[in-house]
Amino acid sequence: MRGLFFQAVYVLWLREVKTFLRAKSRILGNVIQPFFFLAILGVGFRSSVSFVAAEVSGLDYLQFLVPGLVGMTLLFSSIFAGLSILWDRQFGFLREIMVAPVSRLSLVVGRIAGGMTTTIFQALCVLLVSHLFGFKIKTSGGFLISLVFMGLIGVSFVGMGVAFASRMEDMHGFQIIMNFIIMPIFFLSGALFPLEGLPSWLSFLMYLDPLTYGVDGLRGAMLGISHFPLIFDFSVLAAFCLTMLLLGSYFFSICEV
Amino acid sequence: MQAIEVHNLVKEFNGFKAVDNISFSVEEGEIFGLLGPNGAGKTTTIRILSTTLRATTGEAKVWGYDVHRYPDAVRKSIGIVFQDQALDDRLTGLENLDFHARLYGMDKKLRRQRIREVLTLVGLWDKRNTLVKYYSGGMCRRLEIARGLMHYPRVLFLDEPTLGLDAQTRHTIWEHIKLLNRREKIAILLTTHYMDEADALCHRVGIIDHGRILVIDRPENLKSLVGEDIISLKLDLPEKFRTLIAGIDWIKDSRIHDGFLYLKVIKGDEKIPFLIELAQQKGLKVELVNLHKPTLEDVFLHFTGRTIREEEGSVRERISARIRSIRSGRRR
Repeated sequence: MRGLFFQAVYVLWLREVKTFLRAKSRILGNVIQPFFFLAILGVGFRSSVSFVAAEVSGLDYLQFLVPGLVGMTLLFSSIFAGLSILWDRQFGFLREIMVAPVSRLSLVVGRIAGGMTTTIFQALCVLLVSHLFGFKIKTSGGFLISLVFMGLIGVSFVGMGVAFASRMEDMHGFQIIMNFIIMPIFFLSGALFPLEGLPSWLSFLMYLDPLTYGVDGLRGAMLGISHFPLIFDFSVLAAFCLTMLLLGSYFFSICEV
Repeated sequence: MQAIEVHNLVKEFNGFKAVDNISFSVEEGEIFGLLGPNGAGKTTTIRILSTTLRATTGEAKVWGYDVHRYPDAVRKSIGIVFQDQALDDRLTGLENLDFHARLYGMDKKLRRQRIREVLTLVGLWDKRNTLVKYYSGGMCRRLEIARGLMHYPRVLFLDEPTLGLDAQTRHTIWEHIKLLNRREKIAILLTTHYMDEADALCHRVGIIDHGRILVIDRPENLKSLVGEDIISLKLDLPEKFRTLIAGIDWIKDSRIHDGFLYLKVIKGDEKIPFLIELAQQKGLKVELVNLHKPTLEDVFLHFTGRTIREEEGSVRERISARIRSIRSGRRR
């Protein structure tokens, strides 16, 4: 039975990765999008806005932006990976999975593992493109720590996507999730601007955003500057990750097809 | 042992009884058909039996396992071909089967061997490395049937196996279903709203309407229930032949019309050889023989008071079914 559990996890992971690698346009998009962000937003802001954090730490905006872009990529691609259950439901494939004699937990774990893998791959694409713009991670240890943060962010939001998708009948709720969940999480995460020197209502909202701690952790790991201590970022994110994992598993296990 | 046993099964959706107290059983190696119009409760029944939906009340056993208490054991014993396509079209045919085989815990050697077997059985071995999105509707259906067979199920559910397919593909799929029933000795529960399909495939048929099973029997018994077969003979001397057969008790009625002799009989196909032989013995010449058997369409009409086609076309019923489905917030 335990062998079958891992077999099921593996096959769901394999499916995610295979279909991801086949969607060439998606991979291309993953390279093009950060390219535009860096070339336009990064260069544009760097040239025109004087920037508080830059004076403090000696960073330019482009360097500041890269960990935020990585966080953004992780957020979007992992939530979509979780929501892909909706596509499976729409195209009937979910039934095929649900009538298999394997536990629902193995199905969730497999999907999250697959979603996390493709998500981290996309984040690494962003880093690669950033490298062309002169972005450098300070230390190799910092790179490894940032991988841990990528993993946590990935699992958290795949889990969140799974939880939403399990409660939704069809694709109609998708726009709502996009506008009321994903966009606020992104804008409030400190991906585009630093946490310092903000009006208190805004910084309060940003402290509520779990991705804030992800982006801050990534920035700390990659550049050595962070708002919170890294261990604090890690703890908050790990707690959020565990919660989403449990919520995703629970809602998926009770969902009907 | 019986492959499927269902006792007093009920499924309600917000007070609407989709399945209303049905009971039936399917023998080992039997092809059993649930025949009825859309919305009659066929798919709901299959969903309960395949453990994706809980019944409101009643008992159902598949291969001896209660569907509520031992869903995992049931899932291992069954194969399903869903009414709606359930393939990942971004994968190849072979990958879809491989995915399935792994989910069912088959090891590598068995997977390879079995994938080859089932793909050959449905004639898709040559297309195994093509992405499913390039498959035709009939090929998808055959791939799904192959997938349903991968893990040696004891019981196979086919939910509207030929819905929306062209006539030629339907016949091919019928042949495959018959072949695998014979070769793999699988019990099959199939649902259909096609009369000819139930007639061509099923050993026994249950007619289901508004969630109730109205009658269960062999197709030929059902048909003889609603009327006798009619044999029409064209002879050189019909009057003479008519007097010859006057005393035979299984001929319910006979009359001559337009030079044809019409005989009402039961199981007409078995009686024709005798009649021809008799005619020849007496030196009469049979020029033409015709047999009209009552169809399941007649049976359906007999039990429900309307034809299945009227049922299909009834806009009002379809709209009310749609409203029901919206109210219960479910896709049906």
